[in-house]
Amino acid sequence: MTEIALATGPAGGAVLAPRRRFIALRRLAAHRSFQIGLCLVLLLAVAAIFAPVITGIDPSAMKVRLRFKPPSEAFPFGTDSFGRDVLTRVLYGARVSLWIGLVVAVMSGVCGAVIGVLAAQFRRLDAPLMRLMDALMSFPAILLALGITAALGPRMESVIIALTVAYVPAGARIVRASALVVRELDYVQAARIAGASDLRIMFRHILPNSVSPLLVQMTFVFAYSILAEAALSFLGVGVQPPTASWGNIIAEGRDYATEAWWVMLFPGLGISLAALGLNLLGDGLRDVLDPRLKSG
Amino acid sequence: MTASSLVSIEDLTVQFRTDRGWTTAIEGVSFDVAEGDCVGVVGESGSGKSVTALSMLRLHARGTSRFARGSVRYGGQDLLRAPERTLRQIRGRDIAMVFQDPMSSLNPVLTICDQISETLCLHQGVSRAAARQRAIELLDLVRIPDASRRVDEYPHRLSGGMRQRVMIAIAIACRPRLLIADEPTTALDVTIQAQILELLRDLRAELGMAVMLISHDLGVIAEFARRVIVMYAGRIVEDAPVDVLFRAPRHPYTEGLMASMPALEGGAGRLYAIPGRIPDADEPIAGCRFGPRCAHVEAICQAAAPELVAIGATHRVRCTPRTRTSGTS
Amino acid sequence: MADDVLVEVRDLDMAFKIKGQRGQPTMLHVLHKLSFDIGRGETLGLVGESGSGKSTAGRILVGLFEPTGGSVKLFGRPITGPERRANLAAVRSRLQFVFQDPHAALNPRLRVGDSIAEPIDIAGTMSRRDRNDRVKELLEMVGLPRDSAERFPHEFSGGQRQRIVIARALALAPAFIVCDEPVSALDVSMQAQIINLLMDLQARFGLSYLFIAHDLAVVRAVTHRVAVMYAGSIVEVAPKDVLYEKPQHPYTQALLDAVPRPDPARVRPQVIGGEVPSLLVPPPGCRFHTRCPHAMPRCRVDIPVLRETGDGRQTACHLYEGPSVIPSAARDLPRSAHGASSAGDPSLRSG
Repeated sequence: MTEIALATGPAGGAVLAPRRRFIALRRLAAHRSFQIGLCLVLLLAVAAIFAPVITGIDPSAMKVRLRFKPPSEAFPFGTDSFGRDVLTRVLYGARVSLWIGLVVAVMSGVCGAVIGVLAAQFRRLDAPLMRLMDALMSFPAILLALGITAALGPRMESVIIALTVAYVPAGARIVRASALVVRELDYVQAARIAGASDLRIMFRHILPNSVSPLLVQMTFVFAYSILAEAALSFLGVGVQPPTASWGNIIAEGRDYATEAWWVMLFPGLGISLAALGLNLLGDGLRDVLDPRLKSG
Repeated sequence: MTASSLVSIEDLTVQFRTDRGWTTAIEGVSFDVAEGDCVGVVGESGSGKSVTALSMLRLHARGTSRFARGSVRYGGQDLLRAPERTLRQIRGRDIAMVFQDPMSSLNPVLTICDQISETLCLHQGVSRAAARQRAIELLDLVRIPDASRRVDEYPHRLSGGMRQRVMIAIAIACRPRLLIADEPTTALDVTIQAQILELLRDLRAELGMAVMLISHDLGVIAEFARRVIVMYAGRIVEDAPVDVLFRAPRHPYTEGLMASMPALEGGAGRLYAIPGRIPDADEPIAGCRFGPRCAHVEAICQAAAPELVAIGATHRVRCTPRTRTSGTS
Repeated sequence: MADDVLVEVRDLDMAFKIKGQRGQPTMLHVLHKLSFDIGRGETLGLVGESGSGKSTAGRILVGLFEPTGGSVKLFGRPITGPERRANLAAVRSRLQFVFQDPHAALNPRLRVGDSIAEPIDIAGTMSRRDRNDRVKELLEMVGLPRDSAERFPHEFSGGQRQRIVIARALALAPAFIVCDEPVSALDVSMQAQIINLLMDLQARFGLSYLFIAHDLAVVRAVTHRVAVMYAGSIVEVAPKDVLYEKPQHPYTQALLDAVPRPDPARVRPQVIGGEVPSLLVPPPGCRFHTRCPHAMPRCRVDIPVLRETGDGRQTACHLYEGPSVIPSAARDLPRSAHGASSAGDPSLRSG
């Protein structure tokens, strides 16, 4: 990656420094907690994606004779009250839980970015948009989501919409704050002087330079959404059985928590590992992308 | 060099941690500051002039930088190895510092009086009432008009020039023997800069302290210092009395720097420009670090890094050809 | 002759609405009755300390702010008043700006080539191939390797970034460039390179510059005429040698005296006291009278206006108005057209 070029222009001798590319990526790759977080998240994602290959059992296949078998060689995570394999259900549940987390993170991120940039660029929109965000933010996220899923009916789509609505305001605020700084920078002024349209300024200059903190926020939203989905499903307004999600497996296992602890333990571990991995990932991203918050 | 040296820096070498390991920010910096002396340190970005100043008081960033070699001797101790408690006593009391940005150096939620008395109480254990009286005296000393009223104001009510005066008042509160001023006028307007430089000159004479002024501006250095140290890419390249340096600089970099300054006294047309750019600290350069930009570079310059050689009682130059054939102009 | 005046500024006023001490809106008058012209191929220097309004004036000229009073004509078209938008759009391609901080002036996420080509892309007048060729040509013009286009700004030093900013400014072959402190963020050894580049480009393309700076030595090197600003007004404007050899306005004199010279043997003149007054509560009369060593009773009441004082110079100072003021000091300046004897400077300079 080292090439040194010589100039031939009027000033002459304008020697460029050796090339340094992908500095952020390289710093990320060297960041310890990012490495651990990435490994955890990838591990869970791979397990979810290849769930059919890993177990080969139908997650809803019931064998009443095999109810409440503790973890053994045949059923590494044991079986539940219907005799279903908990490992299989946890793997299939990971698909649902991780998918919800990912979609909510991406959708709330995109909506937050657009609202934040609009509010920063068009000052007349700022007050109405931000008051709306404040109104949404004034409810605890889980309560808001509970209300929305109750209204829309307990389905996966409702959970996604509800959580997206709940997490948009934080993203919008973050993007707006950094967009307000970026819009005053000289390169944005330069674009204005050259006659750039508002759209060009927003999407070519302001947005790309305001999203770093949002990216960090998105990893945390990913983690929160997994937790929130679990809570909603636990309360019965989330993903409905027989479709497995980490939340409803735990919900189903709670009545037998003392006899069959494994039914709740393994999906719970899944949630913890996913949340831990995503948080480590987010910390790493923040250290690299946002030097202001860097420790030491 | 002098018998009555106050601070003696020997072979100071400081390294910074980067993505690619430790890189050397300053290397082999050696000079003395005599009692009551007035030393100017001039250099561009990356020259290591501020690192030198911070290292003298061990104020460098811990964890991301380290001393590789060298010593800073003051009053019989090596400040680089002295216990933290000793250093805390020396900082502010014996050696004080003034920085470039007077706004971020002052705490916005404390009044001027609080901030000055903090230093006084810390080092001299005076009572609050006495500290207030002393604070007013100090503000008078740095020529802040209406000191008895201003002493109770908050920093944001003051202009940049006034804030820098307050910083100087804090710095001289304990009558230090050495004041290190790191670009103290860079953030200020030209007429205010003249006022602050005059104030520093007067205070130096009144209090008999030594001053080490760090600046990128040769004009400021020429008007203030008695002795000038020129730094480039982490090394001292020239060290000479001010009149000698400006009359007959010996290092090609010093020459180039002076030639590239546009003159207020006229002369239109193209300026002399040193070609190339300032190298990064970790850029591999064989021999002299100024070699790639030097108009007089020779084979010998690339063969070995030049040493800082004395070419007179008070003049040192880091340039192999110039020190070998000293005598030619 | 009129064709050769690219920029014509008359009685420019600018006030910003800000929050006052108790939160109520207050008007901050940043510019007061500014007037100047810039000719084709000419560089006008605009010097002054912080709060003088020099940077605001430059931003008004490229359409970033709409002035609250007065008129600005660019290339003969008024960019103030009802036709502002249409005329700005018409002159935009001939108008450019070079910023002070080369680190903030380039979008860190765009490749250098895309930054340079941005004015071309916005104008939408070139094919993709022509555009890329033009970028390479521009890079060469400012002394950077052609392959720099593929790199990102962080790979360049401050001086090199300023070259990139200049290349972007040249993209549409403008006639007039506002340079706002273009070298003050650069190291001394880089400053000279950029100053030389700006002068070479002017000679090559016949550019006009408004060169805003606080460094008087730099201004002398690059400009033809210099306007000195203080607290929102021009106090003196003159051909540069006239201004630097014989400054008339007491503020110009104080400013020149205050510049440190690289000459240890220099006898330092008296330092001027005081500070720039607040624009919120400006002093009545001449805004400089609070610091002026020659202030007269009249200066506390009357605002002086710019008047011709000979040698192509205009000064806004009561010292150079009436015949009665300094009768003995007329030896340096020819009489002005209206017959009033102009006052000279020797008695005013302290150094």
